[in-house]
Amino acid sequence: MTTKNLPLWEVFIRSQHGLAHKHVGSLHAADAEMAMNNARDVYTRRNEGVSIWVVPSASIVASSPDDKEPLFDPANSKVYRHPTFFPMPDEVKHI
Amino acid sequence: MYAQLVETGAKKVPTLAEMTPEEQAFQAKIDAGIKIEAKDWMPEGYRKTLVRQISQHAHSEIVGQLPEGNWITRAPSLKRKSILLAKVQDEGGHGLYLYSAAETLGVSREQMVDDLHAGKARYSSIFNYPTLTWADMGAIGWLVDGAAIINQIPLCRCSFGPYARAMVRICKEESFHQRQGYDIMISLMRGTAAQQAMAQDALNRWWWPSLMMFGPSDAESINSAQSAQWGIKLFSNDELRQKMVDQTVPQAEHLGLRIPDPDLKWNEERGHYDFGAIERDEFYSVLKGNGPCNKERLATRVKAHEDGAWFRDALMAHAEKRAARAGKAA
Ligand SMILES: [Fe+2]
Ligand SMILES: [Fe+2]
Repeated sequence: MTTKNLPLWEVFIRSQHGLAHKHVGSLHAADAEMAMNNARDVYTRRNEGVSIWVVPSASIVASSPDDKEPLFDPANSKVYRHPTFFPMPDEVKHI
Repeated sequence: MYAQLVETGAKKVPTLAEMTPEEQAFQAKIDAGIKIEAKDWMPEGYRKTLVRQISQHAHSEIVGQLPEGNWITRAPSLKRKSILLAKVQDEGGHGLYLYSAAETLGVSREQMVDDLHAGKARYSSIFNYPTLTWADMGAIGWLVDGAAIINQIPLCRCSFGPYARAMVRICKEESFHQRQGYDIMISLMRGTAAQQAMAQDALNRWWWPSLMMFGPSDAESINSAQSAQWGIKLFSNDELRQKMVDQTVPQAEHLGLRIPDPDLKWNEERGHYDFGAIERDEFYSVLKGNGPCNKERLATRVKAHEDGAWFRDALMAHAEKRAARAGKAA
């Protein structure tokens, strides 16, 4: 009987040339080659992609939901980072 | 449905006032349509119910490959064989998407599969009926995948992000399944009297089990009310079943097939079809393991899993050996 479980991998697909790879799901595989073959079979059966990345799930470092405030709240008060913060005179063009 | 009678552990659906502050914040997110993600705080009951519901759904996709797999080698033409093979392969993919969604909740796929094989987890009652003729491939695609679509489209909007995203992928593929089934029925109905009779016989056998897929009436069910509050059940079993009947009757008429229900009648006032009640006894009996094929289906799954164990072991051993060699070289 199997003693070791096949590790989990995350799959990213570039759907068209010019677009970034996007997370589409996960799968189990013994190694990178098998992960790539499985990703092709499961996630690109209908021309969903032109390129595949597979990454061991254990290698992904994720932010924790508890850190949402310290990570993202500081950006809220910095509205001057957006161009709309600066009203431009109507007669000034191309800016 | 693919997940029938999902236990929530609730004795009573709590009001906002009865919830802890954490539960209130959680409920407010659901009510505002904000998706819950795997690492967000969630009530233990929500997590457990989702594991049950999603794993049941995944098991149904996998066990659901068996009745159709039965006909792959006997499909009447190479074209039909290729189509059926592609359809059954999709179902394997659906199982994978769903197991992955459940795994984000902290349960391993091995655990879920072990529970299925030990008879501790359910799968849909529909896959415990035998596929006796080629027309059953038509009836299953048309009716069973048709019922699955009705159930799954609302789940694309359910509150749990990974489940909702898996459902979006699945729904994109289901429409092909239903159409290929209906197309088989069209071909049979254009055929000889014997082929037409085969199509009618398949509808006669699959109609009621398909309506049973939606489960018994749950208007009074606390589990359903709790799941509705959590945003993981968006319509009642009866609403979904009505939808199934309303959309399928005209499709049967177009084929020239008769729905095996003497109580079926258009109700002008309601704007819906009236129809007979499902056999609750049969439903519960099949769900409890006493359908025509329960034992065979489970035994087939267990055998496939056990027969593949040496291969999975070999894959892992090979991967570890190669990793060790690469480690030495570095
Ligand atoms: Fe499916
Ligand atoms: Fe399907």
